[in-house]
Amino acid sequence: MTGIDDTVTETLVARGTLVARGLTASRGGRPVFHGLSFSLASGGALRLAGRNGGGKTTLLRILAGLGRAEAGSVLWNGEAVVDDREAHADRVGWLGHADALKVALTARENLEAALRVAGRTTDTVPPALEALGLTRLADLPAGWLSSGQRRRVALARVLASGASLWLLDEPTVGLDAASVAALERAIAAHRAAGGMVVVATHTALDLGDGAASLDPAAHGEAMAEATV
Amino acid sequence: MNGFLALIARDLRLARRQGADVAMTLAFFVVVVALFPLGLGPTPALLARIAGGVLWVTALLAAMLSFDRLFQQDADDGGLDLLALSGLPLAAVALAKAAAHWLTTGLPTVLLAPLLALTLDLPGAAYPALVAGLALGTPTVSLLGTVGAALVVGARRAGVLVALIVLPLTIPVLIFGVAAVEAGGAGLETRPHLLLLAALLAAAVPLAPLAAGAALRQAVE
Repeated sequence: MTGIDDTVTETLVARGTLVARGLTASRGGRPVFHGLSFSLASGGALRLAGRNGGGKTTLLRILAGLGRAEAGSVLWNGEAVVDDREAHADRVGWLGHADALKVALTARENLEAALRVAGRTTDTVPPALEALGLTRLADLPAGWLSSGQRRRVALARVLASGASLWLLDEPTVGLDAASVAALERAIAAHRAAGGMVVVATHTALDLGDGAASLDPAAHGEAMAEATV
Repeated sequence: MNGFLALIARDLRLARRQGADVAMTLAFFVVVVALFPLGLGPTPALLARIAGGVLWVTALLAAMLSFDRLFQQDADDGGLDLLALSGLPLAAVALAKAAAHWLTTGLPTVLLAPLLALTLDLPGAAYPALVAGLALGTPTVSLLGTVGAALVVGARRAGVLVALIVLPLTIPVLIFGVAAVEAGGAGLETRPHLLLLAALLAAAVPLAPLAAGAALRQAVE
């Protein structure tokens, strides 16, 4: 490998392959999905669609290592993520349906605190805030922001994380058109750098070329392949 | 380790910004202790005899006020998921939370107690044992409270529930803490009691975060 290649790889996020094999989950005793499998390669994108209560959030939590599947497994480069949750957590950029912002801290402090707790550097914060048009609001307490602005701060935290696998649960809730476009640009840039995205959304968010789509509820035995 | 310290720093900053939470806990401590001389009448001999017990029991009750929020705020705003995905083991998250809790409520209690002891006419010789006992005992209470707080995440009436779970567990701390104060007041050796408090703390430091971490994993799943 030449020196040039080395520098290029440094700017990319950690590459890997995410494979879900035969995932089965239930909520409150009722099965949500059964035998769900897919694989996602570096640079891939997967859209989770389908009705409310269709298991999109459940699936995202399992992919993050937060939830537990009743059967089946999630593999990163062939290794089960539940075997080493801390290592998997390092790869995951998580946006839940709650924004997880501390209202007493400013937007910038929220991002910096999250990165420091995760043992990461904070120099990714200004560009991430910039990408979502938050620079002007960065030093206001998160409690003063509107719900759409808070959503953008939570998204900026994912951008700043440097994680290779973005798991976004309804990222566009409360976002205006300009912010949705900014999110689409960020997703495109992340995929171009070798990152992966799994998004649960009801909207027409453009994930870019080659994005696969999956409805956890509709496909009992779904297979979806997403590659670059 | 850096993430662990960063979590303590974040919680301290939050406590400073939302100062009312801590102030209320301490105000509760002060007000309840102040009620005893009023309720029991001005009998210095009686107050001096019960001062150690009053201060310790009130310190325990004051600590209970703050446990229900320890993880509930993070659970409500989605921050608990984020902490679970921070790469820190949940046991380390629990230990950091306990440390931040002690620094914001336990430590001020230790500093306030000798002042309040004046109002109860505690014998002068008992002060070192009171402060040393609280300094060794309140961290154990914070650690036990972390376990209770992790268990009640998402429960209704979590504040009462956490007190019912944690208060019985604090009985050994209370017994040795009060015994140290009484031994000090009577001019006896306080060292054995303080060593027992230190032993309880030494056991709680590794064990309580493990239990709390397991409870948090349940809460996240």
